[in-house]
Amino acid sequence: MIHVLAFYLFATVVIASGAMTIFSRNPVHSVLWLILAFFNAAGLMILLGAEFIAMLLVIVYVGAVAVLFMFVVMMLDIDFAELRAGFVNYLPFGLAIAVILLAEIVLGVGIWSAGPVELAQRAAPATADVSNIQAIGALLYTRYIFLFEAAGLVLLVAMVGAIVLTHRARGGVRGQNIDKQNRRRPQDAVRNVNQPVGQGVEL
Amino acid sequence: MTAFFQNLGMSYGAAWFTSTIAGILLIALPVMLAVAMIIYADRKIWAAMALRKGPNVVGPFGLLQSFADGLKVFLQETIIPSAANRGLFLIAPIITFTVALMAWAVIPFQAKVVLSDINVGLLYILAISSLGVYGVVIAGWASNSKYPFFSAMRASAQMISYEVSIGFVLISVVLWAGSFNLTTIVESQKGYYGFLNGNGFNPLLFPMAVVFLISSMAETARAPFDLTEAESELVAGYQTEYSSMAFALYWLGEYANVILMCALNAILFWGGYLPPLDIDLIPWFDIPGIIWLFGKILVFFFIFSWVKATVPRYRYDQLMRLGWKVFLPLSLGWVVLVSGFLMFTRYGGAA
Repeated sequence: MIHVLAFYLFATVVIASGAMTIFSRNPVHSVLWLILAFFNAAGLMILLGAEFIAMLLVIVYVGAVAVLFMFVVMMLDIDFAELRAGFVNYLPFGLAIAVILLAEIVLGVGIWSAGPVELAQRAAPATADVSNIQAIGALLYTRYIFLFEAAGLVLLVAMVGAIVLTHRARGGVRGQNIDKQNRRRPQDAVRNVNQPVGQGVEL
Repeated sequence: MTAFFQNLGMSYGAAWFTSTIAGILLIALPVMLAVAMIIYADRKIWAAMALRKGPNVVGPFGLLQSFADGLKVFLQETIIPSAANRGLFLIAPIITFTVALMAWAVIPFQAKVVLSDINVGLLYILAISSLGVYGVVIAGWASNSKYPFFSAMRASAQMISYEVSIGFVLISVVLWAGSFNLTTIVESQKGYYGFLNGNGFNPLLFPMAVVFLISSMAETARAPFDLTEAESELVAGYQTEYSSMAFALYWLGEYANVILMCALNAILFWGGYLPPLDIDLIPWFDIPGIIWLFGKILVFFFIFSWVKATVPRYRYDQLMRLGWKVFLPLSLGWVVLVSGFLMFTRYGGAA
């Protein structure tokens, strides 16, 4: 009973805030609605008993990715009327992508529960006495270790690529040399002078 | 507690519901009281270090000062700037305050005394503390004013930077304890060298305890890392446009976060509710674990105040350098070190 209530609560809020993400006029509001959607998706994960995934969703998406989104969106001065102008042109592409994704989901679910496709090779659902984290870890670091490390490499390459694309060495700027600053001692910087009256200061 | 309510003749569902609500109130109300008293303590410690008297007028020794301040703030008018984004402007302090209280749900106060004993407790705390930044960022943006906006930018960059190294520090503790559950982590710290309780006594984890202490100051934006409200540069930072209760909610939330970070320091590295010495010195009486936990929290709070009173504020580039170029490589290296050590001692050599 309470499960059903909670499911419909989370699911409705996810869909509603997803729609608001698209429809709100202010980009910052869009990001905030997106965050609400992520948060409620985490709630859905908890209902499924996947508390590890739920926490990761909040930590990674809400805690890091969305903060950066907001960081960028707040500082940009985007004219959204101009961006919306192309809405009708892009509509067919958007619809096509939506249909493809839907078909893939349907196929994926169908294949999962369909006939004898190497049933023995399929990852069994975790037993109740093994916690989620251990179940994922055991699978990720044994059977999927190469895929996992490949994913890590892809992310590393993406990160290096982003730095290479945006970094430019600017000439004529004096950087901070922290080591030099830390090594500076009072006797190098301060001089105590008992200055006689009527003579200029020797610098 | 559920059993107690069931004995009163309730069904299991009703008893669970009542006991959870009672548990939430039992934690949230004392936390708010503790915030009031800890603000008083902060001001007293700070005053003592500056050879002043501090608050000493309202109530005996000025003990009621925080309540007087709270009442004053409560009676003030709530001013919403006309150019502000009204809804978000009001939601932002509520987010900060709520998030500061939420994390307490998984803090073990004593063996088995915890509101929610979930097996991803530490991840939950990490998730909740990463939400804290939204209160600040939304406030900065919704105020529609320059200084709060600068402050919000600083806050988001600062909190993300230090969360990364905090994450790695937590991972090394989790590797050692073998669990994300906070009670298990506390219990795993029993009996170092046969008589000490606490990961901090472990030479392999002690450097991480120091990194975590400093990072937790940066994460809660306490001095010397309080660049989000650097009054010489940013008026009052993200709270510039706030008044009345909205301002008070920030105040409460900030200090609730500070106490939470002190509690985490105590739980992760110094044995939480366990006594520091694993020896039964008084055979006929056990000091309750909650007293030990509170004592440790107070010690860490004193360190926080001490640092606030003595250390000058960092420059922003120094703050970023410390987070990304010192703490991140250090904690990342330490994860490798700790897991390598465990691999050879606990799990028997080569993989």
